[in-house]
Amino acid sequence: MVMYPTHYHRPKSLEEALKLHADNEEASYLSGGHTLIPALKQRLARPSDLIDLAVVPGLRGIKLEKNVLSIGATTTHAEVAASSVVRKAIPALAGMVGTIGDRHVRNRGTIGGSVANNDPAADYPAAVLGLGATVVTDRRRIAADDFFVALYETALEPGEIITCIEFPVPDQAGYAKFRSAASRYAVAAVFVAKFGGSARAAVTGAGSGGVFRLRDLEAALAKDFGPAAAAHCKVEPGNMLEDHVGSSEYRANLVVVMARRALEHLGEASSYK
Amino acid sequence: MQHVTITINGTKVSCDVPDETLLVTLLREHLNLTGTHVGCDTTQCGCCVVHLNGKSVKSCTVLAAQAQDGEVTTVEGLAQKDGTLHPMQEAFHQLHALQCGYCTPGMIMAAVNLVDTYPEPLTEEIVREQMEGNLCRCTGYHNIVKAILAVAAAKQGDADKRPALAGVE
Repeated sequence: MVMYPTHYHRPKSLEEALKLHADNEEASYLSGGHTLIPALKQRLARPSDLIDLAVVPGLRGIKLEKNVLSIGATTTHAEVAASSVVRKAIPALAGMVGTIGDRHVRNRGTIGGSVANNDPAADYPAAVLGLGATVVTDRRRIAADDFFVALYETALEPGEIITCIEFPVPDQAGYAKFRSAASRYAVAAVFVAKFGGSARAAVTGAGSGGVFRLRDLEAALAKDFGPAAAAHCKVEPGNMLEDHVGSSEYRANLVVVMARRALEHLGEASSYK
Repeated sequence: MQHVTITINGTKVSCDVPDETLLVTLLREHLNLTGTHVGCDTTQCGCCVVHLNGKSVKSCTVLAAQAQDGEVTTVEGLAQKDGTLHPMQEAFHQLHALQCGYCTPGMIMAAVNLVDTYPEPLTEEIVREQMEGNLCRCTGYHNIVKAILAVAAAKQGDADKRPALAGVE
């Protein structure tokens, strides 16, 4: 597989990165590259320029302040999964990140790249939406509910760079994922979180429009945050993806099963295949 | 063109490559380090695993330019100068952890990194899970797992857990 020729840049500041993008309309930002480079190799994308964000200062690292866990955009999955701060604050999130791809992929892939890409089967969108996180960019703050627009589509403007993701620390959270044995992407996965008297639940891998919230389940969880609430989970097969891995009916049922399992194993991520 | 400078197996190497050159292409075609293999070329099989700044990576999915100023170790860099094999290479040999050998360089690089960096004692379950990024179509994985556990046990100084190197069924 041979890529189209391109121009590689390694800016040393956010301003330099933004200017490079402004000067090159067909440019792409590059982070871990574990979605973009395979796409380039298959000639599914043809950016004139690649703007590598790897050494831009201020985009990497994890900190916990006033019950908000902030993860810099170029922080790798391996760093998040191994972080004692993340494991203590939101263990389900650390566990979830440990189920992404494989060990080598986790050493390169980044949170910012995954969230900006909005793959309908990626794990991070479920946690970002399920925890009601805030996506912070070079120019504004975007609520998770406004960020994910459609398959591979987000609220990001051309040239806009995610700088970090801010996760409010929940009372409890859980993640359950049924994954493709080959790709390790989610066939259906559910992230649940409890914040005082309210709850959030988000699904990835299954929805034909990408990541989405389970409002019926959230209402039931607000009254009783436990596995029994999964019985109130209504999933319309017509809104589910259908592919070689499973039919839309299969996925609709799997969402309910994963919701229950996430609630049965709070404080961790459970992965099934 | 990109002028890349990377320390590869302890030697600083500089060369000019097209911007879109992959790290594995730099290694194999520009530097003739053909020990690193390309199996799937789609980030799945793990034949191309090398160490970049102490972490195992799939070199078919890293641009050479992304490794700028970095340190890369390939399978050629594991054995000592006098030819003495790395303990992981020796264990793969002794325990017959390969058949056709195509996946072996990536397996060994992944396994060395796993044993060197995993924060807890390795069990068979952990090894199988952590090696999911490396595919082998010959062995059925059993002896690969045994070899990795043997090296891990030797490293932990736990002789009791170490399978007899010569006594493999």
